[in-house]
Amino acid sequence: MKGKVTKVEIVVLLKQVPATESIIGIAADGVSIKKDDIKWVINPYDEFAVEEALRIREAQGGSVSILSVGSEKTVEAIRTALAMGADKGILINVPDKDVCDGLTTAKILSAALKEIPFELIIAGQRAVDDDNFQVGAATAEFLDIPHISMVIKQEIIDGKITCHRTVDGGTVVLETPLPALFTTQRGINEPRYASLPGIMKAKKKPIDMKTMTDIGLDPETVGKPLTKIVSLKSPPERKGGIMIEGDSAQEKAAKIVKILHEEEKVL
Amino acid sequence: MSQNVLAIAEQIEGVFRKVTFEALSEGRRIADQSGGELNALVLGDNIENISKELEQFGADRIIVAENSALSEYLPDAYGNVIADVINKETPEVVILGASTQGKDIAARLSARLNAPLAMDCVAIRFEDNNLIATRYMYGGKILADVVLNGKPQILAIRPNAMTIASAAGTGAVEKFEVNTGKTSVKFIEKHLDTGKVDLTEADTVVSGGRGMGGPDFAVIEELAQVLEGAVGASRSAVDEGWRSSSDQVGQTGKVVSPNLYIACGISGAIQHLAGMSSSNVIVAINKDPAAAIFQVADICIVENLITFIPAFIEVYEKAQSEGDQNG
Repeated sequence: MKGKVTKVEIVVLLKQVPATESIIGIAADGVSIKKDDIKWVINPYDEFAVEEALRIREAQGGSVSILSVGSEKTVEAIRTALAMGADKGILINVPDKDVCDGLTTAKILSAALKEIPFELIIAGQRAVDDDNFQVGAATAEFLDIPHISMVIKQEIIDGKITCHRTVDGGTVVLETPLPALFTTQRGINEPRYASLPGIMKAKKKPIDMKTMTDIGLDPETVGKPLTKIVSLKSPPERKGGIMIEGDSAQEKAAKIVKILHEEEKVL
Repeated sequence: MSQNVLAIAEQIEGVFRKVTFEALSEGRRIADQSGGELNALVLGDNIENISKELEQFGADRIIVAENSALSEYLPDAYGNVIADVINKETPEVVILGASTQGKDIAARLSARLNAPLAMDCVAIRFEDNNLIATRYMYGGKILADVVLNGKPQILAIRPNAMTIASAAGTGAVEKFEVNTGKTSVKFIEKHLDTGKVDLTEADTVVSGGRGMGGPDFAVIEELAQVLEGAVGASRSAVDEGWRSSSDQVGQTGKVVSPNLYIACGISGAIQHLAGMSSSNVIVAINKDPAAAIFQVADICIVENLITFIPAFIEVYEKAQSEGDQNG
């Protein structure tokens, strides 16, 4: 017998990142990236979060709010999530020059969340720019709520969420009462595209812009990250290798096995 | 200033993960450079008998947090106990493997302790007494040097990136009084593919892409098995539904750095290259001589996979058995 299904107020944590096909160059300062020619998109894992939030709302009612920390440019990504179907957006406006590390971002998000009613927070397992894998769990810790990361399937019944979490070598099923936070892993859903009517509607949906001061944070103290990038470099470029020639698959196979065994010593 | 290091071990069903030995080895190196101690923390149920193993990697003290409530990894129970140990031990550095579990612990811990975290580091060095962590960003397209201000400095290290070194430690085992504190997350069940080599820890990874032409990965599976490696996949193969998303290598999947990476029928999109280009040796097999993967591979073969891989296995196995006979 199924338990009680109720409305869920959901907040999705969303970051705007360079599209994954972008070539990333290093800026003249040596500690940031060139931002001119980059196409900016919703972090792919956050896109799964938006989609999952919409599916929960469609199945059980409730609302979906999008919360971001970033420069004004981030409005574009929030607008895309609204076009997918989210109800409203909140942007904590932090100028690009005030670089946030994962922990700072989590501090800002959790301060903002203290003023937003929620039962469930969904975030991507990581943002594909900084690759910190940190913001979701750290935000949950600051809010003193449980979190479950890398989720590929979830179900909410009787005020509890059951999550299938991917771990190295399999999956684990965990359960926790709401309010809670979970992070998405690829496989949880296939995000929808924003429809034309969706895009039109999104233009009228509210996006609240706030500063750190508005949510009770002092930019001078909270804005000082504990980690600092001192240099960026491109990884050593790999040179194209040797092309194995031969008259037959067998002949080529014999050559490779010999190289891998005798020269590279990896077999 | 001497830096005391606490290494958090990870065991699954009573077996330590390889990255645990890597974390201890790196922790030992950090401790030695600054004249500090290396202590290890093991959490779980029925683990006291395996804990001694960590002395081979230089652990001075091995702190055992044993409790039935820790038999499975739960983010809140583990987080509470680890935070208690850190508050008691006050190490300057906390090091652990950036596995799925380790990343989860590190993230929650950084907030609990208001401590700086370098996630998924591939190298750690000292410069003017400052610890500098090197880590990839943008899915492997950029390498960043990061300094951490605060205490403890949390270092989550990427599996397979650092070398394991044996070192004699005092290896004194001591029990920690476990109090799991306030917890909400409950374990229901698990489905583990035991016996399978984990993708991020494998010495050899054999990946298939769109060039596989369908969900039949039998030749890839067989090659991985013969080489005692793991099977990976490109995003195309995952999007087609041929492989599960946990097999995906690339910017939106797993980043791997095995000793040998064999890319089969993978064109070499920038997102895929980001996830595997730190491998030691890359072999690419593709029937398209213009495939981008050939720009980064060390050894390139233009061939049809379905006929080539069985030939490769045959030659390899023959060489193996001859090698055995020659002693």
